Amino acid sequence: DLSLPNGTPVDTSSPASSSSLLNRLQLDDDLDGETRDLFVTVDDPKKHVCTMETYITYRVTTKTTRAEFDLPEYSVRRRYQDFDWLRNKLEESQPTHLIPPLPEKFVVKGVVDRFSEEFVETRRKALDKFLKRITDHPVLSFNEHFNVFLTAKDLNAYKKQGMALLSKMGESVKYVTGGYKLRSRPLEFAAIGEYLDTFSLKLGTIDRIAQRIIKEQLEYLVELREYGPVYSTWGGLEVELSEPLEGVSACIGNCCTALEELSEDMTEDFLPVLREYILYSESMKNVLKKRDQVQAEYEAKLEAVALKKEDRPKVPTDVEKCQDRVECFNADLKADMERWQNNKRQDFRQLLMGMADKNIQYYEKCLTAWESIIPLLQDKPETK
Amino acid sequence: MEDCLAKKMEITVSEAEKRTGRNAMNMQETYTAYLIETRAIESQGEGQCAPMDSLWRRYSEFELLRNYLSVTYPHIVVPPLPEKRADFVWHKLSADNMDPDFVERRRIGLENFLLRVASHPVLCQDKIFYSFLTQEGGWKEMVNETGFQLKADSRLKALNATFRVKNPDKRFTELKHYSDELQSVISHLLRVRARVADRLYGVYKVHGNYGRVFSEWSAIEKEMGDGLQSAGHHMDVYAASIDDILEEEEHYADQLKEYLFYAEALRAVCRKHELMQYDLEMAAQDLTSKKQQCEELATGTVKTFSLKGMTSKLFGQETPEQREAKIKVLEEQIQEGEEQLKSKNLEGRDFVKSAWADIERFKEQKNHDLKEALISYAVMQISMCKKGIQVWTNAKECFSKM
Repeated sequence: DLSLPNGTPVDTSSPASSSSLLNRLQLDDDLDGETRDLFVTVDDPKKHVCTMETYITYRVTTKTTRAEFDLPEYSVRRRYQDFDWLRNKLEESQPTHLIPPLPEKFVVKGVVDRFSEEFVETRRKALDKFLKRITDHPVLSFNEHFNVFLTAKDLNAYKKQGMALLSKMGESVKYVTGGYKLRSRPLEFAAIGEYLDTFSLKLGTIDRIAQRIIKEQLEYLVELREYGPVYSTWGGLEVELSEPLEGVSACIGNCCTALEELSEDMTEDFLPVLREYILYSESMKNVLKKRDQVQAEYEAKLEAVALKKEDRPKVPTDVEKCQDRVECFNADLKADMERWQNNKRQDFRQLLMGMADKNIQYYEKCLTAWESIIPLLQDKPETK
Repeated sequence: MEDCLAKKMEITVSEAEKRTGRNAMNMQETYTAYLIETRAIESQGEGQCAPMDSLWRRYSEFELLRNYLSVTYPHIVVPPLPEKRADFVWHKLSADNMDPDFVERRRIGLENFLLRVASHPVLCQDKIFYSFLTQEGGWKEMVNETGFQLKADSRLKALNATFRVKNPDKRFTELKHYSDELQSVISHLLRVRARVADRLYGVYKVHGNYGRVFSEWSAIEKEMGDGLQSAGHHMDVYAASIDDILEEEEHYADQLKEYLFYAEALRAVCRKHELMQYDLEMAAQDLTSKKQQCEELATGTVKTFSLKGMTSKLFGQETPEQREAKIKVLEEQIQEGEEQLKSKNLEGRDFVKSAWADIERFKEQKNHDLKEALISYAVMQISMCKKGIQVWTNAKECFSKM
């Protein structure tokens, strides 16, 4: 039986209490292939056409050695609203933790084709990332709802059940206190808040710049598409210059294709990840606010007790519980922030290196095209 | 080619200078003067360099020279001058004639023009051209004294001939179509290229914004900060690199422009042929009609309708003496006409022969030059790609250190 430093016993029946898992947090910090015991993948999107609606499902495959799972392998099909349900459940049941973001729920019909290959693939990657982030989390990955999501044949039945379960959870889950105002945020959390504000601002700017670049590239592409064929027309007028001019025309055509691929890649791989992180920041700021609420409640109750001037030697249980909540929340949040910072660094490292790579590949394709026509241009008619 | 001037003399247009002066209306004007430097090329082995001669000329004098050459050598495809006004500009380029970049490109174009003339087997021997390069004062008067303006064919006359000529040499007709199409396609190419340059400029410059935002972002990061900051610097380098790239591309555009204007020179030779051919056809037609008239008078039969014939029918025929006199005049005219026709024929054939020889020379020059231009364009693109790879590789390395 574990207890907090001040002697109060910990309510281990509550899944929200994670101080019992503090140890596990430290151990699982370094997840490499050998220590990992849970693998989740999202793939194989399929379109379902029903009378009422058309929608996409994704295959969610799980491989695990964890005792919490009955089988070592699972394969289920889930649709976006199932992922959305999971996220909401996680937010409810683990309010002290940072829950990863989902790709945007609503897409403007007519502007985006919800069933196009590109859109579905972009969404699949985001959903895969979402589950992998949960999998990597030492607390969230043990969440019961997550388990059911990965394993249940009929998720809808469980969803309906869930309403009843929730009411059984008890007070300890309900952190929404409301009405309490925090005097001042502790420095370290204020710093996190400021960081997140600037961070999401900068990401927003980068998003706009990236979009602008894509727009300029597409306008450049329009002109290139007119430019190349003119060389071909000219080639039709000439005799000796016919092949060289055709060569230049074809070359420009190849560059057009390469540019198109670059813009597509940026749209499909770069922008969505940026936007995910902006969503992430927003949800994190909300968690910070919830934390403020919990602290505010605690401080208010403490003050109320102090004002009563009772000579009770012991602090009332509900104030103790508040203190407990605050300390758990702070601990969870700090640990999650550290983890988040590390993942963020790796994610952005990969994202930006990927962006650089795509540009390198674009230039390499163009380079190959132009280098290949040099011999054609230098070719002397006698050698033909 | 050993005789051509370019081999014996080094010619450069080395400087351009803004000048103010008074024009023919005694109004103050600003113009640019170009310094032409010439130096005799010594044979190899002799260490000494001949002294450099130089003189200043303005664009209008170049124009006068070219007009003179075009009129005096109508069978030659005369090299064109660089454009008078900036055309096919993309937004960053100035359309201002006084703009230093434009002046610089014009300087190069004028030098190119002089070198082209100096390497032409026929044109390089012209005395007026030589004086243009070497004689500072009185050159304008010298040109005007040649009276070349009188030899120039009127535009109207040429247009008339184009429409009415019956049997031009087929090769010239084809060449005329070719030069029209060449003008059209190169114009189109230059227009689109300018738009392409504009757009490419935009793409590169927007990347500069990454530099600033990465810098701002790096300020709030601990481990990621350095990598972001240095990557941002590379984005700035990338954005700045487009200026030089597009400046170099202007040289390619200038090479294309030269051949755009060359198409006009080709057209001029075709026009001259049409004019001469039309002249010939008219002379032959005139001769035939005179011969016919003569025959009619001699035999008394009227084969063709003529007002004279009608009036003489109405008002009585001429006396035999009158008729004899007429026949004599006609016979003289016919003889003159036949001689003229012979010489015109000869002229025409000579023209066709020498013009075609120069056209063949031009074709080879064009194929060679345009191939070179395309190669240099490809080389520019390759260089641009390599720079792009370099910058992004550097940026990637910075990101990897995040």
